[in-house]
Amino acid sequence: MNTSAAVEMRNISKRFGTKVQANDNVSLDIQRGEILALLGENGSGKTTLMNMLAGIYFPDSGTILVNGEPVVISSPRKAMELGIGMIHQHFKLVDVLSAAENIVLGLEGKLDLKEATRKIREICDAYGFDVDPNQKIYNMSVSQKQTVEIVKVLYRGADILILDEPTAVLTPQETDKLFAVLRNMRDDGKTIVIITHKLNEVEALSDKVAVLRAGRYIGTLITKKTNAAEMTNMMVGRAVSLDIDRPEPEKPELRMEIRDATVRDEEGLLKLDHVSFDIYGGEILGIAGISGAGQKELLESIYGLQRMEEGSILFHDPDTGETAELKGKKPLQIQQMGISLSFVPEDRLGMGLVGSMDIADNIMLRSYRNGSYGFLNRKDPKKMARWIVTELGVSTPGIDTPVRRLSGGNVQKILVGREIVQTPRVLMMAYPVRGLDINASYTIYQLMNLQKEKGVAVVFVGEDLDVLMELCDRILVLCGGKVSGIVDGRKADKQEIGMMMTRVGGEQDGQ
Amino acid sequence: MANKVKEPLIHITRRDAIPWYKSWGYRAGAVLLSMAVCALITVLTTGENPLSVFGTIFDASFSTQRRTWVVFQNLAMLLCVSLAVVPAFRMRFWNLGGEGQILAGALATTACMICLRDALPNGVMIPVSLLCSIAAGALWGFLPAFFKAKWGTNETLFTLMMNYIAIQLVSFFIIVWEMPKGAGQIGIINQSTEIGWLPAVAGQKYLLNIIIVSVLTVLMFIYMNYSKQGYEIAVVGESVRTARYVGIKVERVIIRTMVLSGALCGLAGFLLVSGTDHTLTTSLAGGRGFTAVMVAWLAKFNPIWMILTSFLLVFLDKGASDISTNFGLNRSFSDILTGVILFFIIGSEFFINYRISFRHSAKKEEEKHV
Repeated sequence: MNTSAAVEMRNISKRFGTKVQANDNVSLDIQRGEILALLGENGSGKTTLMNMLAGIYFPDSGTILVNGEPVVISSPRKAMELGIGMIHQHFKLVDVLSAAENIVLGLEGKLDLKEATRKIREICDAYGFDVDPNQKIYNMSVSQKQTVEIVKVLYRGADILILDEPTAVLTPQETDKLFAVLRNMRDDGKTIVIITHKLNEVEALSDKVAVLRAGRYIGTLITKKTNAAEMTNMMVGRAVSLDIDRPEPEKPELRMEIRDATVRDEEGLLKLDHVSFDIYGGEILGIAGISGAGQKELLESIYGLQRMEEGSILFHDPDTGETAELKGKKPLQIQQMGISLSFVPEDRLGMGLVGSMDIADNIMLRSYRNGSYGFLNRKDPKKMARWIVTELGVSTPGIDTPVRRLSGGNVQKILVGREIVQTPRVLMMAYPVRGLDINASYTIYQLMNLQKEKGVAVVFVGEDLDVLMELCDRILVLCGGKVSGIVDGRKADKQEIGMMMTRVGGEQDGQ
Repeated sequence: MANKVKEPLIHITRRDAIPWYKSWGYRAGAVLLSMAVCALITVLTTGENPLSVFGTIFDASFSTQRRTWVVFQNLAMLLCVSLAVVPAFRMRFWNLGGEGQILAGALATTACMICLRDALPNGVMIPVSLLCSIAAGALWGFLPAFFKAKWGTNETLFTLMMNYIAIQLVSFFIIVWEMPKGAGQIGIINQSTEIGWLPAVAGQKYLLNIIIVSVLTVLMFIYMNYSKQGYEIAVVGESVRTARYVGIKVERVIIRTMVLSGALCGLAGFLLVSGTDHTLTTSLAGGRGFTAVMVAWLAKFNPIWMILTSFLLVFLDKGASDISTNFGLNRSFSDILTGVILFFIIGSEFFINYRISFRHSAKKEEEKHV
């Protein structure tokens, strides 16, 4: 019997473009017959590392040993030959085919569906999967599709399985079922790697946990011998000073009261679970959380794009002193009530702007209804566009350039600029500095501070804890659609926020 | 072990925007090149002098005044249908039902002209049949839009199917109204009274149609570029999510735009029956509903450029049918020539959008590996 590790990765580095060092000299061992949790924040390089094992990417440098033998994994097919299979976050299934057809798809040799079906049933019985090989994919739930993906990998003879955040799309019950199956597979001698950023899953499932941070390997721990605090420390690291201004809020006044906001997605999964908090004019409220913790749903339901199942959103108008209920109102209705909410969505070109239109026409998106007699008034938007271009230092050949041709930072300046010139009462921004360079990022921070000083209530969804802690007056931490807590940005501790992000309530065993 | 990394021989990269005169230069070049290929094909397969073939193509449209009028009439009708599909296409709603919408309008006009000829004077008949044809076309546009907006049905299939319904309806009514009984056709409607016929302007039978379509072209240009509705159409076409984000009621825009599109096709049906043909046949639309797709795409949905592209298509079509008769060739031969020309014109779009560069260091690379 071979006593070496199932997989040894030695000094693996991978770089995308010139700026992004996804993995930096990572060395990692994966032992046979164990469940290893690969833990790290968003963008820490977990998925990239595993993609190199699955043949999706090829490392810039470093070596990979499988069962003690050095190997070159040049394609997913090669990975499969070595017995490595990966289940991706986004399923790769053909909707109109049945489970069995999807499983044999792309395999060489004679196509014998009957034999394949028999073999699939065998695999299912062995590990306790619940799959009907003849069911069409489009009739399946998300969890069933995931099962098909796992069976597909097993059918091809994998004994090293990598699962990329498998629980992100599952309900708690489905998660329990998946974990049971994974344990069965481990007891059968399979090696399993699960990519995750949820501490409770690490504790519930894994034998060992390896932590990555900012593309670097931090260490491996035996799950039973560690605790949440130690893992969080390794995951988030020490606070870094960024020197972002944070003026003291002047007379913050209550602008919005959100109570018991509850939202489900199309699949019926609970995305926001009785979220309650207040937003104040004249301060920046940060929203922290692992990606997919309900940030998008929260902003979109306040703005009126998502239907809220339960709860209320009360808006206090500082001019009239009146209070209005925004629940159930569409964006246009809110605008017609004379309430100016600005929203910088995460997907800039897919939602905030129209890529093929020029800068002026994009500025006009917000105000095109102001023209008279059914015609457009381009004069004011053009003036505004010129103002934004000069004020925010947008580098562009002119205001008639399609925004698609601009760089990411300039696109964001146009979008933020447009939302600011609406003189909003509430300014909501989702990941406003994602993909921006340092200078552009600081311009955006400065704009947020200016808005705050004007008495605007700024809501800032961010992913970089250091930035949130230096910029925000208060930080709301979301975890799995629930409010994990609200902390003072000036006193908050990075580890504390990290803990709250991974489990509701932070250190107390929450629910 | 590592695979030898081979640089491909040609690289295709997207170009930045190029100035309009350059892009039209490419297109003109494509037309000239296509002419040369056409000439070559003609010489090789028939042995005719290509110059005389081109002369015939030109003469087909311009040798007599009558022919020129016919060309302009055809241009106007094709342009009218193209204008009709443009708003839908800008919205990325693939209205392939122009054919059916024209027939719906034409059927409504015919119905008015036949059923109401004894009840209404000409001055009332024309506006009534105009309104009916617009309403019928609008209905044919509304149905697929409604289903798309409510249940996300596929508009391409839906509009295509609606064509066949319209054709079947027209066939049915041709038998109902056939003249004389058993002829299987309607014949010229109201030939003696000319009730419901559009009047000739300045003695020219086709002039009124041409004037109407010219005005429509300008109006459509203004609608698409300077009206709020045109702007909404562009936003919805580009990104439904952005449209929802700025509070545009997407379903309403889809339905409104397709009603407009269908109504204009219905108007084209009215102009065809009331203005020129004075009869109804199943082939009345003459494939314009589909040719319009090409006109609109070639002109990048710009109504003004569409005058040029629809002229080109009509001109080629006339020329092609003339060379087949003049030189005793089969009609398929003219289709081949039209196909060649369109192939080049459409192909030129590729060179306008993409740059092709060949591998420079091909030799060096090989030396390294040897």
